[in-house]
Order: sequence, then structure tokens, then C-alpha cells
Amino acid sequence: MPDPTRRHALRGAAGLAVTAGAFTAVSPSRASAADHHGGPAPAPSPAPFDFDEVYRGRRIQGRPSGGGHHHGAGYAVFVDGVELHVMRNADGTWISVVSHYDPVPSPRAAARAAVEELRGVPLLPFN
Amino acid sequence: MTVRKNQANLTADEKRRLVAALIELKRTGRYDGFVTTHNAFILGDTDNGERVGHRSPSFLPWHRRFLLEFERALQSVDASVALPYWDWSADRTTRAALWGPDFLGGTGRSVDGRVTDGPFAASTGDWPISVRVDTRTYLRRSLGGSGRQLPTPAEVESVLAMSTYDMAPWNSASDGFRNHLEGWRGVNLHNRVHVWVGGQMGTGVSPNDPVFWLHHAYVDKLWAEWQRRHPDSGYLPLAGTPDVVDRGETMKPWNDSTPADLLDHTRHYTFDTA
Repeated sequence: MPDPTRRHALRGAAGLAVTAGAFTAVSPSRASAADHHGGPAPAPSPAPFDFDEVYRGRRIQGRPSGGGHHHGAGYAVFVDGVELHVMRNADGTWISVVSHYDPVPSPRAAARAAVEELRGVPLLPFN
Repeated sequence: MTVRKNQANLTADEKRRLVAALIELKRTGRYDGFVTTHNAFILGDTDNGERVGHRSPSFLPWHRRFLLEFERALQSVDASVALPYWDWSADRTTRAALWGPDFLGGTGRSVDGRVTDGPFAASTGDWPISVRVDTRTYLRRSLGGSGRQLPTPAEVESVLAMSTYDMAPWNSASDGFRNHLEGWRGVNLHNRVHVWVGGQMGTGVSPNDPVFWLHHAYVDKLWAEWQRRHPDSGYLPLAGTPDVVDRGETMKPWNDSTPADLLDHTRHYTFDTA
């Protein structure tokens, strides 16, 4: 069972940072990646798969991310600021821990499917 | 010797004993350990990284071992209990005896998906959902709510007819028996049943619903049936495959048995019918 106190608080803080601006949250990691390779920083390009919308009263957001919890998905999805574990299948479809056995075409569709399954209740952060 | 029966043929006493053993494992916390283990592998098994429990050749031996561990836990409570199987290609409606109030209870109510009858309804107090992905603490189902039907006998036959166990890239994109049974490709048997039941069964914490065990007992039986039909085919891959459990490699989290060790289920149990 997820620790409802500390971990939730940490995730909540991360969610607030994302809410403040998904693009500012992404930019520093890109800059540091460029520095790491020693080359000139590439010109910022719009991330084609970012999304930030309200769906059925829930704020859903998605953006590229690196490693860590994401098991190579390279992408992070949030529902009301809480991260939803998502995974990309080999054929390019997506699933989340909330609808694990029912692939959909995109991370946004996975977020929307999760909102429908949650029926208004909060998502718990994953371990 | 344990005999796994079709759930449709269980006696009232067999149902009562199974339900009582499930609730006792729940009460002591042992049940939730299985839910936690399953979800850890759901989150960790990836198409391009290490994969053991799902989307890989060891999907079938991993779940065979997982069910054996669970069945032994049940038998530590009541030695007469065996895991029944749910043939979802035959008992394919919400009116099946499986969903009766004397066994698993029925579908959830429309407002929130909550199961309200049977021994696992929240009102009994016996079945709190503790390992969860959201804040809901009650068992949920939406039988048939996805709009898709359960697999038909013809669809099962089409998968059993496949002569190769599995093939590269040994993940959710693979052709072959294992992936068509698991359901990432083709007619989709196993995954579709999770979706048909809905509620927790559609999530990474699917073993929260006791029907998980009856579903997987039937998936396991289909593997045995495939072996019987294809005696010259066997588990693949044999050796040297990155991120995937080869025939002779041990499986996490137990690290003490290999797919080869689990190919013969009759060392552990038999089925009531071939």
C-alpha cells in the first residue's frame, strides 16, 4: 500500500511544479542533456506530444521525461498533478496502470481512459 | 493430488470452503502480498527491457508458479481447497453461476462500480482493497461494460492451433501461441477477459478481484491443452536471449525455478477434464 503521507506530499509538490508550467519543467533537463554531451544547446523545439487539458473536470498533462520511474517510456502523464504510470507497447500503443490490458493510441488517450475509470476519485502515486 | 475443477461444477460446499479460505488469507494480509507482487511485475515488465511476468515468453510459467504459490497458501488454510477455473468461452454472461451471491458476487452498481452482493462486497467488511492505484477501498466490477464480448470457443481454437510457442522479439509484438493467448496481438484472449470484468481486474492490481485466480487457472489450462496438441513444440527461447527468461533460466521473484521446471503441471495438480 502506498505510503499516504510523505510520498503523497512529495508527489503533490511535484504536481504543483508541473501545474505552474509544463514547459519550464521540461526545459532545464534538455539544457543539461546538451551540456553533458559538450555540444551546443539545440534550438528549443516544440514538443509535439505535450498536452495539458481539462478532461471531464480533471487536469491531464503529458510531457517527455527521462528514465527513473518511467521504465523507458520516456514520457510522464499526470492526473491532477499525480503521476499516472504509463507504458508504451512495442507497436506504439499505450497503456496505464489504471487500464493495463486495453491499449490506446496515445498517452493522451491513456490519460483520458484513466479519468473515465477513476470517476472523479484521486489517483494514488505509484511506488 | 490437487484437482482443479471447472467452477461451474463446484458443489455448494466447495464454493463455501474456497470463499472462506480467500477471506482468511485476506484477513491475515497474505492475500495482499500477492496483489503487491503482481503489480510490481506489471509496472516493471517492459517490451524493451527486462520482462518476466507479462509480455514475454515466461508469461505462462510465471503465472503457473504464481498460482501454485497462491493455491498452496489457500491449502494452508484448508487442505481440501483447489483453484477452480473459469472457462470464459463457455460461461460468458453476467448470469453465470460464477457471479452468484453464493460465490463471487455480481457486477458493480452503475454509480461507482461497487460490487454490492456476495462475500466480497464492501458491506461485508471482509474484503477491503488495500493495494490500490486510487483511493477506492471497495471491490469494483463492470461486467461486459467495455462493450466487447468474451472470447468465443472458435477464437480459443484459433489460438490453440498455433504451432509455435513464441518468437522474436519475445514481447507484446510477437507472433505465436503465447502472445495471442496473452492478448497483445490477434484475437486477444487473456487481456480481453480482464477488460470484460472491469474494475480492479482492468488494472495492475487485478488480483484484488478473486476472479483473477479463476481466469488465470483457465489460461493455465489452455497452455496445458496446447502442449497436448503440439507435443513436438515447446517453450522458447532456449538460450542467450537478452531481457527474457530462457527455458533454463530462473524466474524472479522466486529465483529457484525455470520455465523448464514448470512445463509439467501434473507434478502439482490435474484438471477435472482434459
